[in-house]
Formats: sequence, C-alpha cells, structure tokens
Amino acid sequence: MKTTVSTRLISLPEKKQKIGTYLRRYGILYLLMILPLTYFIIFKYIPMTYIQVAFKKYSIVKSAWEMPLADSNGFEYFIKAFSNRDFLYSLRNTIMLNLLDLVLGFPAPILLALLLNELRIKWFKRITQTIAYLPHFLSWIIISGMAVQLFAPTSGLVNILLNHMGIKSIPFLNNSANWVVTYVFLGIWQSVGWNTIIYLAAITGINPELYEAAAMDGAGRFRKIWYVTLPCLRPTIVVLLILSLGRILGSEFDRPYALGNALVKDVSNVIATFVYTYGIRGLQFSLTTAVGLFQSAVCVIFLFMANALAKRFGERGII
Amino acid sequence: MVTSKRSKIGDWVVVFLCFLLILVCLLPLLNIFARSLSASEALIRNEVTLWPIGLNFEAYRMVLSDVKYTWSLTWTALLTVICVFVSLVMTTICAYPLTYRKLKGRRFFSAFIIFTMYFSAGTIPMYLLLNDLKMLNKPVVLIIPYCLNVFYMIIMRSFLLQIPDSLRESAEIDGAGPVRILFQIYLPLSTPVIATLCLFYAVGRWNGFSDALMFMNDRTYYPIQLLLYNIINSISSIEISTQEGFSPPGLSETLKAATIMFATVPILLVYPWLQRYFITGVTLGAIKE
Repeated sequence: MKTTVSTRLISLPEKKQKIGTYLRRYGILYLLMILPLTYFIIFKYIPMTYIQVAFKKYSIVKSAWEMPLADSNGFEYFIKAFSNRDFLYSLRNTIMLNLLDLVLGFPAPILLALLLNELRIKWFKRITQTIAYLPHFLSWIIISGMAVQLFAPTSGLVNILLNHMGIKSIPFLNNSANWVVTYVFLGIWQSVGWNTIIYLAAITGINPELYEAAAMDGAGRFRKIWYVTLPCLRPTIVVLLILSLGRILGSEFDRPYALGNALVKDVSNVIATFVYTYGIRGLQFSLTTAVGLFQSAVCVIFLFMANALAKRFGERGII
Repeated sequence: MVTSKRSKIGDWVVVFLCFLLILVCLLPLLNIFARSLSASEALIRNEVTLWPIGLNFEAYRMVLSDVKYTWSLTWTALLTVICVFVSLVMTTICAYPLTYRKLKGRRFFSAFIIFTMYFSAGTIPMYLLLNDLKMLNKPVVLIIPYCLNVFYMIIMRSFLLQIPDSLRESAEIDGAGPVRILFQIYLPLSTPVIATLCLFYAVGRWNGFSDALMFMNDRTYYPIQLLLYNIINSISSIEISTQEGFSPPGLSETLKAATIMFATVPILLVYPWLQRYFITGVTLGAIKE
C-alpha cells in the first residue's frame, strides 16, 4: 500500500511531462483530423438523428426532436409503407434485380479474369484490359442514352442487325420482361471488365510452382484452372461474395433511374427511386425515412449474416 | 505434340473471345460517334451503323454555339476540379494521422469512420439536414456533402501504411514534425494513390447526377449529366426544335449523339494513361487491416 502511494507521487509529474511531449509531438495530428471528423459528425452522424422522423409526424416548422410521435406507438409509417403497393413493388424489384445481378453478374468477372489470364500475347492483353475497363467510366445517363439509341425498335443498330438476319425487332427497353434482361446485361457490360482487376491481381499472386507441379502431373489448361487458379482465388471470391450478399437489399439509384421509363415502371422502380419519388418529389418525409431505415437495417443484418456464414466455412470474413 | 497443338487451338480461341469482348465494349461508342457525325436524313433512313454517312460537323457546331451546353460543360469541369481538390485534401488529412501507430485513439477514430460505411441514415435524413443547413439549391451542395469517401480513405491509408516506418523514424530523429514528414516524405512517394483517387473522385463528380437531381433545383447549376438526362428523355427536345424552327427532325438525334460524345470523351482521354495507377489503387482497396 505504502509503495504504490509513493510511486504514484513520483510518477504523477512525470506522466504529465510525458503527455506534454506526446502532445507537442503528435498534437498536430489531432488538429489535422478535426476537419474530417467534423465532416463525419455533420454529414454522417447528425443525419442519423433525423431517423427519428420515421417514428414521428413530420412538421416543417418543428425540429426533429419536437415533432409529435406518430400513431401505433410510432410505427404508423412502417405499417403504411408495407401496405403501400408502390413500396411493395419496389421492394420486390430491388430483390429481384439484385438477385439476378448476383447470379449472373457475380461469376462474369471471374470467368473473364480466367480468360484474360490465358492470353499469352502481352500487348494484346493490355489493350483488351484497357478497353474492357472503358464501360466503367461511363455514367448511367450516357449508357442509358446509348442503349435507347442502340436498342430502338426501328432505328437502333441491334434491331437493324436482327432485321437483316430475318428476326423481328425486339422492344428491348419497352417491355417489362425484356427490360429486366437488358438491365442485367447492361450491368454486366458496365462492370465486368472493372471487376476483373481484383481477380487478376489475386491471380498474379499465385505461386508459379503450383502450375509447374500441375503441368508435371499432366494437367491441361482446364485442370490447371480448376485445381490451381480457382482454389487460390477462393478467399477473394468469398470476400466479394459477402459484400454482394450484404447489398442484396441495397439499391443503386443511378442505374434504374436512368434506364427506367414509363412503360416498364412496374419492374424498374426500386427502393431508391421510391424514396426519391415519394420523399423528395412527394414530400412524404416520414414514410420515406422509415423505408430508408428499414433498408439500412436489413443491409447491416445481411452483411453480418453473410460474414458469419463465411467465417463458419473457414474464411476470414470482412468484419 | 498432340497437346501442344491442342493448346495452340486453345490460344486462338482465347484471342477470338477477347476480340469479341473488345467489339462488344467499343461498338456502342462507335455507333454513337458515327451518329454524331452523320447527316440527319441518313439517321432517319436508319442507314447509320458504324461509320458516318453524309459526314458533317453540324451537331458539334450547334452544341458548341449553344450557351446552355457550353456553360454546363464549363461548370461541370470547374466543379470537378474543385471537388477533386477538396476531396483529396480531406482524404489525406483523414488517412495520414491514422497511419501513426503511436496515435492514441487511432482504433476509435477508425471504427468511428468505418461504421459510416456500413450504416447510413439514408437519403431523406440527408435531405432534411441539408435543408436545415440552408445548403439546398446552392452550388456548395454539389461539393461538400459527399466530399470524403470512406472507401477511398481506406485505399489511401493502406497505401501510406506500405511506406516503411524507418523513413518516418529517421526524419523524426532529425527533428521533423508530422506535417513536414507528410509533405517531404509521404506525399512525394504517393503519386500512384493520388493519381488513382484523383481519377476516382473526378469520374464520380463528372458522371454523378443523383445529388444534383435531389438537392439542386436551380437549372443554372445542373451538371452535364443531368442536362443530358433531360435531353435524352426529350424533356427539352420540343424546346430545342421550336427554338431552331427550321431544323429537320433527325437533327435532334445527331444532337443527342454529339452531346453524349462531349460528356464521354474527357474521361476516355484520361483513364488509359492512369491504368497502371488505378490497378494498384483498386487492389489496395481490397486489403483490410
């Protein structure tokens, strides 16, 4: 007891001195961080306090804290959302389009990376990669503009070619079922090249001795891919799969908004566009905040579930 | 012998498939390019495929002589430059302190920041906040609210962490402070990541439109993509044809194509030169600490 008191007496000024030198040396780092942290507080954390609007009756003259609680213990707008036909449609469309993206769009860059990896001619490989990255740099507005012109029933290039082959014009963007296919296809077109980057980097990291050993055992091209490349890509694939699963209820705004049109509303409206039309255009703030909260919460839950699942299968996970 | 012959055929199949891929990526752009340079009559007769028919530069001349387009292009370019600058400064001063292992509270700050990547309040709370901040419909709303991207910050931090600590330590022994070390050691070594983030932020701003659509009502400050959206969806095409009066109906089609070219070409000219850099950038983003 006595000794601890005495050491404390000695170390107190010493500690103070230590803090002094620490601050003199590194205090400037905290100063640097003030601006970014303020940014996160104002534009990321303060909006979270506005989430309470979802549970309250919105009033333009009151602050979010002063608004009266909504009916049904505050859950009025959640109940309203789930009895709103437009919302239910947008929920269905979000899940449907994301699932199609996952099933068809997720394997595409893996296949393309495997293909590019088989390319022996260096300069041709580099040109192919550069051109494959191109669509990633186009905005959805531009892609939509090009798609409208290319897929136009009478004047579009694709339908002109189809007509030459004796096939009738297909209304790619004006019919619900066709629109969904076009939407998914354009998504793959836009992102497949870009998404190969990460897989190609992982492939470069594979130990070449593995391939030599496989060749020694008489493995051909496909066996090398199946027994060497793909198993080495497994951790990368799992991490990216977790992220995509976490986004299954997340919705992009740009893509469906730019590609959608009045004729395919029943399949092109997703949660993000619903929030835009009902919230910012229709000023139903409580309803759309509730919808947004539902979406964010489900996204987080999905992410954690996918992460736990990956860990269960012996992968590292992301969180 | 047999296997080598088989693998040779395989090589040709691979080349052929890659060639197809190149075509699929390039043809849409070539088609738009051809349309923008074609005579409007040829467009109406559906003759234009991959090369211009009745070559003329009328559409480009019209775009360049229309103040609406030239202003929007200039404004978007200016906006992009400002956004890239603000974003890079913010990203750097956020990522750099987080690379100091001795910094007390580093884990807390990281968690505080990364949390916002997984959970966000949503569009409407952001809208209400911007409304309360009186930022709606002011040009600043297109710069500040999304100026710091957590994912890009992580890319930057991962890159800075790769720079050996010994460099920093020797500079500290010579009496250099953190800011001086940042400017004289870290930034000069960070060209790849700075180039990458420049490209990402610039593309994001140049191609972005949803923030303008939601938070900006003033048409003067519409970025080029939003103007393009309105043109493509013919909201203002009636306006255009009545203004021009005598213009043939196909002209609005070549005009659309020319506008698309103007909004696309700046990025297409830049990104191939930065390829080496952004590949490292994307790969770094996959590293988690």
